[in-house]
Amino acid sequence: MVKGTLGKIYHKGEVIIRQGESGDCMYVIQGGQVEVVQEMDGEEIKLAELNEGDFFGDMAIFEREVRSATVRSLGDSSVLTVDKKNFLRRIQEDPSLAFRLVQSMSGRIRKMSETVTGLRISQPPWNRE
Amino acid sequence: MGGGPAGSLFTYFLLDMAERVGIDLNVDVYEPRDFSRPAPHGCNMCGGIISESLVQNLATEGINLPANIVQRGIDSYCMHMDVGEVYIDNPLFEKRIAAVYRGSGPKGIKEMKWGSFDGHLQSLSDKKGACIIDEKVTELRRQDGRIFIKTKTRTEQSYALLAVATGVNTAALKLLQKADLDYKPPQTTKTAIREYLLGTETIEKYLGTSMHVFLLDIPRLTFAAIIPKGDYVTICLLGDKIDSELLETFLNAPEVKGCMPPDWQWDKPACQCSPRMNVAPAPLPYGDQVVFLGDCGVTRLYKDGIGAAYRAAKAAASTAVFHGISAEDFRSHYLPACRKMTNDNRIGMVIFWFTKIIQRLRFVRRAILAMAAKEQESADNDKAMSMVLWDMFTGSAPYREIFLRTLHPVYLARLFWHSFMALIFPSRKIKPGLEGTERVTTV
Ligand SMILES: Cc1cc2nc3c(=O)[nH]c(=O)nc-3n(C[C@H](O)[C@H](O)[C@H](O)COP(=O)(O)OP(=O)(O)OC[C@H]3O[C@@H](n4cnc5c(N)ncnc54)[C@H](O)[C@@H]3O)c2cc1C
Repeated sequence: MVKGTLGKIYHKGEVIIRQGESGDCMYVIQGGQVEVVQEMDGEEIKLAELNEGDFFGDMAIFEREVRSATVRSLGDSSVLTVDKKNFLRRIQEDPSLAFRLVQSMSGRIRKMSETVTGLRISQPPWNRE
Repeated sequence: MGGGPAGSLFTYFLLDMAERVGIDLNVDVYEPRDFSRPAPHGCNMCGGIISESLVQNLATEGINLPANIVQRGIDSYCMHMDVGEVYIDNPLFEKRIAAVYRGSGPKGIKEMKWGSFDGHLQSLSDKKGACIIDEKVTELRRQDGRIFIKTKTRTEQSYALLAVATGVNTAALKLLQKADLDYKPPQTTKTAIREYLLGTETIEKYLGTSMHVFLLDIPRLTFAAIIPKGDYVTICLLGDKIDSELLETFLNAPEVKGCMPPDWQWDKPACQCSPRMNVAPAPLPYGDQVVFLGDCGVTRLYKDGIGAAYRAAKAAASTAVFHGISAEDFRSHYLPACRKMTNDNRIGMVIFWFTKIIQRLRFVRRAILAMAAKEQESADNDKAMSMVLWDMFTGSAPYREIFLRTLHPVYLARLFWHSFMALIFPSRKIKPGLEGTERVTTV
């Protein structure tokens, strides 16, 4: 990791946020890659791999729910925390600041819809609703 | 007109928003500086601190500062006073502030290991489709609802909207006053910047990843900081008409010498300048088809000038794209953002007035040091004084918010308690647990 990188450095396998824990900030990847995994019945399902410039943990900005997934560093990564207070204060002044966030969330919904459609198509016809 | 932070960010957001709503725009950016060159040609003379809030806002906008631009990530600051010094860590132990060079480095720089911050922003607006014209605007006039611009070598061009982002260190302010734009420039004061070549390892050893700020009883000095960069350190002095005598007094102060290497020669800077700083806003930062952004319009008092340029640039760009470019449009949609800063600066003035009093009262300085040291030692999150100091020095929060926090009864009670103790026991050790460690030193 180069010296000038902003944020906090996480090493390979290090957990950045953990599913089920509460949180009040989101994160922007400054360098490296992270993976998003969800634990279900003791099994881990990989949801995504995120790269430089991607956000995660953004649901905590809008909801008071616990983290829905665990995010772990793949190799060395540097990650910047965006605190809820600063973000919400700026959004009051300039709502367009949320545009990229909404864009990223909309991208995720699109991907999810594609996955759901894919799952339904892969089912035999008598099993589809 | 002007491709510093205000000009480049305005261009970037204007083209970005226009693209979103399907408007095709042509934007020319007149900027004579070549940011790939060292000072004086490529430099816009500043401390080069990108505040915590700006780093976060830019990241949320999708503008990340690459490692070749950030000379050093700052994760803490050290407050130096005659009564001692205390390190205040960022609560998240994260490098959340960027130390950059606006150009590609100080005069005479041999090895260019890092790029320019202003150059980075310029490249973003270039990628969005702006046309960068590397010339200074020399003539300006308004006729038949168009703004006409001329440079030394190019033929006159006409535009629908002129965004002025020339800063305050330019002869262009006279040009703007002469043109029919109803423009009155902001009030300014002289500041001082010095760059010293120390080398990465020496900087690491003596200054680390902390910004060093000074609260010293030197008349006319409001704020001073040593900012560690890659191979150089930047020393910045803000206050009332900073001159060479004041600069010399500061550089020779034991608190300053104490945090620099023993062989440091204060009178041998690699580069120096005395830029002017906006201390009171331009009365009317807009007109019909013209808008004044950043330092030549309205900015924040003493702190986070680049963050203020970002806010003004974005407000002006969204006004132009979503509302229009008449004086009335800017009055309704751009002026509120400027007013917010101006009103906040008034509270800032009150805070700096209190700071001046603190600079004169030793027992209050001791109280502040004791309170901050105690908070830094404690594991809980209740760090009222540390947060006030952090936001005050880094410019990360509005002055209003900082001021309101200082009125909190718990904060006041603790400050009174520590002040009382400092009055009764003027030479008592401040924090026995931390005393003598490198995090707190008392005199
Ligand atoms: C000593 C000092 C330290 C500071 N430290 C910090 C800090 O650490 N962090 C921070 O956030 N802020 C700091 N500031 C404030 C910061 O420098 C300004 O707020 C910021 O540069 C404003 O950006 P701007 O784009 O408005 O103006 P500028 O950065 O001044 O840019 C103006 C641009 O316009 C161009 N220009 C001028 N005339 C013409 C013309 N006729 N035609 C075309 N182009 C022209 C110039 O070449 C220049 O590139 C500091 C200021 C001073 C004086």
